Amino acid sequence: MSAGETHQAIEAIFRIEQARLIAGLARVVRDVDRAEELAQDALVIALSEWPATGVPANPGAWLMTAAKRRAIDAIRRDKMRARKHEEIARDQDDVSDDADAIERAMGDDPGDELLGLIFTACHPVLSADARAALTLRVVGGLTTDEIARAFLSSEATIAQRIVRAKKTIAKAGLDFEVPRGADRAARLSSVLEVIYLIFNEGYAATAGDDLVRPGLALEAQRLGRMLAGLMPETAEVFGLLALMEIQASRLAARTGPDGAVVPLPMQNRARWDPLLIRRGLDALARAEALGGKDGPYALQAALAACHARARNAADTDWRRIAALYDRLRSVMPSPVVELNRAVAHSMAFGPEAGLRLVDEIADADALRDYAPLPAARGDFLFRAGRLAEARAEFEAAARLTRNLAEAAFLRARADACG
Amino acid sequence: MRVMVFVKATEDSEKGLFPEPWTSEMMAAMGRFNDALRDAGILLMADGLKPSSEAKRVAFDGPGRTVIDGPFAEARELVAGFWLWEVKDMDEALAWVKRCPNPMYGPSEIEIRPLYEMADLP
Repeated sequence: MSAGETHQAIEAIFRIEQARLIAGLARVVRDVDRAEELAQDALVIALSEWPATGVPANPGAWLMTAAKRRAIDAIRRDKMRARKHEEIARDQDDVSDDADAIERAMGDDPGDELLGLIFTACHPVLSADARAALTLRVVGGLTTDEIARAFLSSEATIAQRIVRAKKTIAKAGLDFEVPRGADRAARLSSVLEVIYLIFNEGYAATAGDDLVRPGLALEAQRLGRMLAGLMPETAEVFGLLALMEIQASRLAARTGPDGAVVPLPMQNRARWDPLLIRRGLDALARAEALGGKDGPYALQAALAACHARARNAADTDWRRIAALYDRLRSVMPSPVVELNRAVAHSMAFGPEAGLRLVDEIADADALRDYAPLPAARGDFLFRAGRLAEARAEFEAAARLTRNLAEAAFLRARADACG
Repeated sequence: MRVMVFVKATEDSEKGLFPEPWTSEMMAAMGRFNDALRDAGILLMADGLKPSSEAKRVAFDGPGRTVIDGPFAEARELVAGFWLWEVKDMDEALAWVKRCPNPMYGPSEIEIRPLYEMADLP
């Protein structure tokens, strides 16, 4: 490596190493905040040394060594202070014991450490929002400001959320290990939930005038790909990855030039990203090969794949989609799944089938004030020729949605009812 | 952003010359590099290309279509392999390319080309 590396280049290297640094350090110091500080200290040292020496052959190991030295120095200082305070004479050997302990706690498998950090940042002891912010910060390497902009929140709010999350982790005494045994499945679903939440926040923005914020979707895909690399034998990881890749393949087709939402049947399929579709179908095949075809994410990915495989909207295999929803509702019962199932049955078996199913769930609390319910009902009624009723449903849906582009689309459908 | 990362050919790679044991060691190192790319979540696809002796070119001139058989001259302008990466910016792509093991026995080049994105299109 040549000398004279710019700060920009060094910071890019640091961004690549950051998550693994924090992961390795957190396992030792049992404190995310402290681990982040130590990683930052290592960056500062690199910024002062590398421009003269050039980038070392293994920058990750170099940064880790620099951070470990800082950790040992700090332990030493704390010891000195404690010694003065308590007036206890202790052997200098203790310090080297600590250094050895740090060496031992540094695992041999950095991938395992990174996974441990992901599982800890996504621990169910934290709220879903806190999990998402902390994961984006320490695993994704986003700045607080970037996370705030992505979630349309203030930097102060996000900073506070992250600080609280770190404190909660410290207080709960979490060990930054990958959970084993019975705990593992529940903890994994907490991780997958966070990644999918981040994806959806980008893919289907729930508020604001931008229908999609692709930055967040990309970040979630990256996390999903990372997780698939770290857990190559875990079916549901590939189920989630497949779901995200296939859904993301439609990002470019999902909004029109005016920013308005383009519903799936009307999307220009030539604008779907064939690479992401292929990656999604590969990941789905992997999930199924690992015995995960009935996992909630794999089923949703299989649904998305039905659309991805259809050359045009008319070719869509709605009977297969309806059948997949029949399975999904038993794995992942939710009023939203029931509503989508109603839509699928309406496409496979006619609007009356849809109306019948939607009427069964119309009273569900979770669907109160949920715009897609009247939007779907409006669509069934429209197709059944009951235009006046359809119009009222579309208008109700337009009033309920917080997304401006979606509201415009629903009002246009209301107007089309004459 | 997406970038296409091209490993450029050399006179040797064009001749299909891959000296041992260097090549086996390079392939092992390249495997580890690809694992790192995958674990970082940036690798979308990767492949190696056969020498241009197995390639064909089609020259376009108005209605004319002329087929030219390989091999082609200027080995160092040819592509020997590629990756497609999803990275945050060019700095990240550069940082990754710099840690790629030497892809060729002698001096060689890797070229990073950003793809057009939605935002670039009219």
